[in-house]
Amino acid sequence: MLRWILGAREAQGNVEKSPVLFIGEEQPKNAFTELQVLKGHFDIVRFLVQIDDFRFASAGDDGLILVWNVDTGERLLELRSRSQQITAMMAYTFIRGGGDPHTSLITASSDRSLSLWDPDTGNRVHTVSDLQSSVKCLLALEYLDVWLSGGNELCVWNKDFQLQCKTEHYSDAGITAMVELPKSCIAAAKDREIVIFKIISTDLDMTVVTVRYLADHQDSIHALIRVNEELFASGSHVGELILWDSADWTIRAYEHILWEERPADGQAEIRMSMQKQSEMSIQHLTSDGELVVVAVGSGLYVYHVMRRSVVAYRKHAHDSDILQTMLLDDGQLMSCSEDGSVRIWELQDLPLPAEPASSGFFGIWSFGRSSKPTGPPAKKVLDVPNLRTLELIGDLIGHSGAVQMFLNFPFKGLLTCSTDHLIILWRDGERQSQLRSLALFQKLDENQGL
Amino acid sequence: MIGSPDVVAFTKEEEFGEAYTDPCLLPEEFSVPLLTANTNPWTKTSYAKFSKDFILISEFSEQVGPQPLLTIPDDPKVCGTFDLNYFSLRIMSVDYQASFVGHPPGSSYPKLNFVEDSKVVLGDSKEGAFAYVHHLTLYDLEARGFVRPFCMAYISADERKIMQQFQELSSGFSKASECLKTGNRKAFANELEKKLKDLEYTRSVLHKETELQKMNNGCYSSQAIEKANELANVEKSIYEHKDLLRQITSYPNRKGRNPDKVQCEPDKPCNTNMFDNTLTSNHSETEESLDGDDRNQQSSYVPQLIKAKSAKCFDKRLKTLEELCETNFFHQTMDQLHLIEKSFRGDLCYIYTSQIDRALLSKQKITSFLFEEDKDWEEEATLKHLCDAAKTDIFPPPTLNISGEPASLETYKTCVEAIHIKTEAESSGTGPQESSTSDLTQETSEEAADLETKGSFSSDKSIEAIGNMSPANPQPLYPDDSMREAGSEECTGSAAAVSEDKGAVSSTSAFYEGPSVQPHVDNTRLKTLSMLGHDSDVNSMDVFETGNLVQLDTACCMGQEGFIYEEPMPEPLQEGSSDMVVKQEPQSLLQRDPSLQVDYALGEPLLTESPVTGLSPPEINANSLSEDMARVNVEDTSDTTSYMSTSTSSDRAPSPFGFGSPITVKQKKKAGHSALRFIRQYPFAQQAIFCLLSGRTLVILGADEGTVRKLVNALSIFVPNLGKYGEIVQPWLSTSFQLTDLLRWKLIGLQRVASPTGSNMLYSLNRYSRYIGILDCDNKTLRCPQYKGTLINHMADHRTQIKRGSTYFLHIQSMLTHLAAKAFLYTFCHHLHLPMEGDDEASLASRRTNFLLHLGYSEEESKIVHFLSELIKQNYIQGPSKGVSQSIFSFKYTTSYLYKI
Repeated sequence: MLRWILGAREAQGNVEKSPVLFIGEEQPKNAFTELQVLKGHFDIVRFLVQIDDFRFASAGDDGLILVWNVDTGERLLELRSRSQQITAMMAYTFIRGGGDPHTSLITASSDRSLSLWDPDTGNRVHTVSDLQSSVKCLLALEYLDVWLSGGNELCVWNKDFQLQCKTEHYSDAGITAMVELPKSCIAAAKDREIVIFKIISTDLDMTVVTVRYLADHQDSIHALIRVNEELFASGSHVGELILWDSADWTIRAYEHILWEERPADGQAEIRMSMQKQSEMSIQHLTSDGELVVVAVGSGLYVYHVMRRSVVAYRKHAHDSDILQTMLLDDGQLMSCSEDGSVRIWELQDLPLPAEPASSGFFGIWSFGRSSKPTGPPAKKVLDVPNLRTLELIGDLIGHSGAVQMFLNFPFKGLLTCSTDHLIILWRDGERQSQLRSLALFQKLDENQGL
Repeated sequence: MIGSPDVVAFTKEEEFGEAYTDPCLLPEEFSVPLLTANTNPWTKTSYAKFSKDFILISEFSEQVGPQPLLTIPDDPKVCGTFDLNYFSLRIMSVDYQASFVGHPPGSSYPKLNFVEDSKVVLGDSKEGAFAYVHHLTLYDLEARGFVRPFCMAYISADERKIMQQFQELSSGFSKASECLKTGNRKAFANELEKKLKDLEYTRSVLHKETELQKMNNGCYSSQAIEKANELANVEKSIYEHKDLLRQITSYPNRKGRNPDKVQCEPDKPCNTNMFDNTLTSNHSETEESLDGDDRNQQSSYVPQLIKAKSAKCFDKRLKTLEELCETNFFHQTMDQLHLIEKSFRGDLCYIYTSQIDRALLSKQKITSFLFEEDKDWEEEATLKHLCDAAKTDIFPPPTLNISGEPASLETYKTCVEAIHIKTEAESSGTGPQESSTSDLTQETSEEAADLETKGSFSSDKSIEAIGNMSPANPQPLYPDDSMREAGSEECTGSAAAVSEDKGAVSSTSAFYEGPSVQPHVDNTRLKTLSMLGHDSDVNSMDVFETGNLVQLDTACCMGQEGFIYEEPMPEPLQEGSSDMVVKQEPQSLLQRDPSLQVDYALGEPLLTESPVTGLSPPEINANSLSEDMARVNVEDTSDTTSYMSTSTSSDRAPSPFGFGSPITVKQKKKAGHSALRFIRQYPFAQQAIFCLLSGRTLVILGADEGTVRKLVNALSIFVPNLGKYGEIVQPWLSTSFQLTDLLRWKLIGLQRVASPTGSNMLYSLNRYSRYIGILDCDNKTLRCPQYKGTLINHMADHRTQIKRGSTYFLHIQSMLTHLAAKAFLYTFCHHLHLPMEGDDEASLASRRTNFLLHLGYSEEESKIVHFLSELIKQNYIQGPSKGVSQSIFSFKYTTSYLYKI
């Protein structure tokens, strides 16, 4: 009965289980060959925030905020709030009296309070409670020296935790995401619409006015990001990706991502759309100014901003919904998912663009049962000659629950947090070995020989 | 009748450790002595009348003269026809020191002499016996001059052994003697107090009678004068006894003149607390139920009238040795003597070699943690144990006001106890950097003491136990003062350790009241053991189990006999998996059939053992050789049969590598036997061993617990950095495992369950399959990365000619040591890890590869060296105290293959 795990070679064994391609155990391009488990939380860990070059903070449903050293994996501080779950966390850098910038942590918890922590001492510097609603998102505006909190209303705070101004209370839906736009404007996602606010700052006071409502999305907006100086992007529950102009808030591009978009196979489309709405829900957006990576259900979709076209995509990148994506410098991207794994992808040029064989896979592919790398739909291939593939080059398996978020420290390691209460620090084993050698010889010198 | 003993002059051998002149020559200590034609080198004792070395305790009794008291081991066979009476006479006739006790000129009171022990080597060529003799005096109020001369002798037929091991014997016996004398001083003080009470009482009675006489007969009647004289005598006697008490209690002040120690005591608030608490608890009535307590006896002691004329010298019964010292100290001494007997058992060359071995190993701290076991745990433990015992009884400093007033006696007594406890607390706080590990080991030897003293324990004892179990000053107690001072300077312990102890005390009683059948002291120990030795997450069941294991272990230590390679073990399941070994071809039918099984199992050991006996190491002497042989065979067969019974009744097998009990070489050798069976049976043994050596966790999956445990046991000898207690091995796990378990354990025995939980477990197995190798012992498959090298081929050749487990273990050990040495070299070569001018990563990497190739290691073996090197680095950087290797988990992304038989 139990033979299958031992009996079958891994490839076959796993294809049965997951429709997603399986990379196997040979992962030469995966540099993360060392891991360290950071224990300390008692509940789901949802947020990881970088404080400086070597520190980061983690927070989650247990209300604990832990500050860690990424080099050693050591827990530096434990910031205790009222044990209510943390709903948002942000590192906030401001100029203190002395003139040197100082980074603090702002956390919002579900007991409708906001706190400012000093990660050097562990003290709670400021705290505001009894807000009208709990805060879902935070945004710092450096040039105005203020920061914003978004819940059922938008509040503007100065660095001394004094409320400058706020909007009306939206009773129906709260603000879930905010981005900074030019000319003191803010775009905030509120259910199906994007609200543009403008902060008018005079010497005496500050006011926030609602400038415009953009109601082009058919369903609630899950993701809102700034792409570059000119553009910001939003993604909705039904797979709509809209690129907006930052200056005049007009639509620059509209993509409706429907994985089952195939005129030949209408029956399948209906079935799929009835079956699972979240398959095309945009969970997360990330961008490096040129490419926008869209996490659509359990699939990945890379959109080129300038060309207004899809560069690469993979419908079944994970076993379940992707929760976060990240673009790395070297054309790699990373995604983490509810299935508990992190996958590392590489954008590779197709060996032969518009390979004729690719269309042959469509029949199988539409049922979502194939593990083969999927070719692009025929019509896209014709449109976009530069289509590339997302090649899986490695996966990180360690968490036993959904990976909520990751945080990358270049050259130091990757942090992942999960519903299994753990944070895992993934590191490059080679590099760590090298560092340990250096430490060894240093200690050898200190001890003056063996 | 008493001939002058031929005292053999002791000349100190020159220190070893001098530079060897010729590297090609064997070092002198390894060289084999030349044989004269007609002597058998192993029959040294053949002309002696005893079969092996033993320890004799004799007394020069004032009533009957020299007499033997006891021997260790307490077995009439050991001494054989050897005349103990005669030998006692000889050794006691060496009057080592004029220990004058009595009325010295110029003083009107008896004076106690605190004499040093004397150590001599005696030889009796006629008897073929040579002895290290340790003389000591104990105090006895009823004895002539208050002293009872005793001696302890280590008697051996090998003169060279006595001479060369003189230092070791001397220090060992000094410890034992110190322990005895400490107990004796305590008992003597108690006795004096009782006597004083009697005298006080007698005085008051006499006083009354005198008054009465005066009233009745007038002042100058003869009766009245007689009474008055009697009273005067009693007064004088009281004064003398008080003086004696003062002398005995001021002992440490005379002996160890150490101002530091005296000063450091008052300014320790924590300690004061400690003894305050204990003091009150001692005086509370709740603990009175325990009998055998001096203090309780004393409090309920009814003073007796002392007759004017004491009994005749020969009428009275002299106290036994056990009565002279306190029972507790007596048993500690016996333990120490047993340990001495054990550690000096066997041939001189074996002892010598193992001493050198140990000395060399201690210089190998950087790599020895990988594959070597902690050899010195045993000695360290006893050392401490005795140090504590000795320390506990350091009597109060002279700051105490011991006036002659009888009323202050109670207070004095209290003070004695208070300081007594305080010093314990003091000693318990010493050496905080001595990690908890040594505590545990100490427990084992203490546990032995407890097993012997089955009685109930006084409250006093329990306090001592706490003092003893804490990390203590490992400095041996040397007789000379300078060493003593050095030792006691470390006495300034940390308050933290003390308070921890306190916590242990307070928390124990509630913890174990119910289920435990053991005396209170044991519980305290167990609890403290868990507190000190393990993480806080060790649950209570673990703790309890620990105790059992420890006891088992000690039991087997006590039962150790003769030849170290072949001790009988109380845990039958440690012996290899006889049912699984297949000599040539695997035949599953044979294995399943119980009737065939018996024959097979009975036959097999005979086959394997008999040809080898001729090659036995030199310790077996001609007399006991055949006996040993017989024992080996019986042992093996009984092992197998008992295994079968256990497996059928599906009892929980005691794990040899449980938490809390340190792994001994012996256990590893047993494991070697199982490992040998494993490599013969499984053709893919090499791959499994490669997994372990390259740091990949190996999961052994099976339905039968016994089989899995045995496999785990067998393979554990290949696990680098196994830890003193084998903490990175989990012999039996019945729940699904997590990633954090992989970080902790490198070898896991996993129960195969056919239930929903089972599928959950399989899910985790599948999920983490990239980090582990899975050995399925039901289906006889292994899934792990491929090994293409040749090194492990030598390690696990299934056609190996090695027949014995211990031999195989040594073979493995030598290869692993070799590997560790290479890994050390690799780790500490600068040019392999530090970039030079114009270097880049690639050239550095190629330099490393070339270096390993030069060492003869291919890519596959390099993985092992890399892993060992990482362990060495972590151990060196962070120190051995932390379990570093567990916190960081390294792995490789390589394809696994499935191997079948």
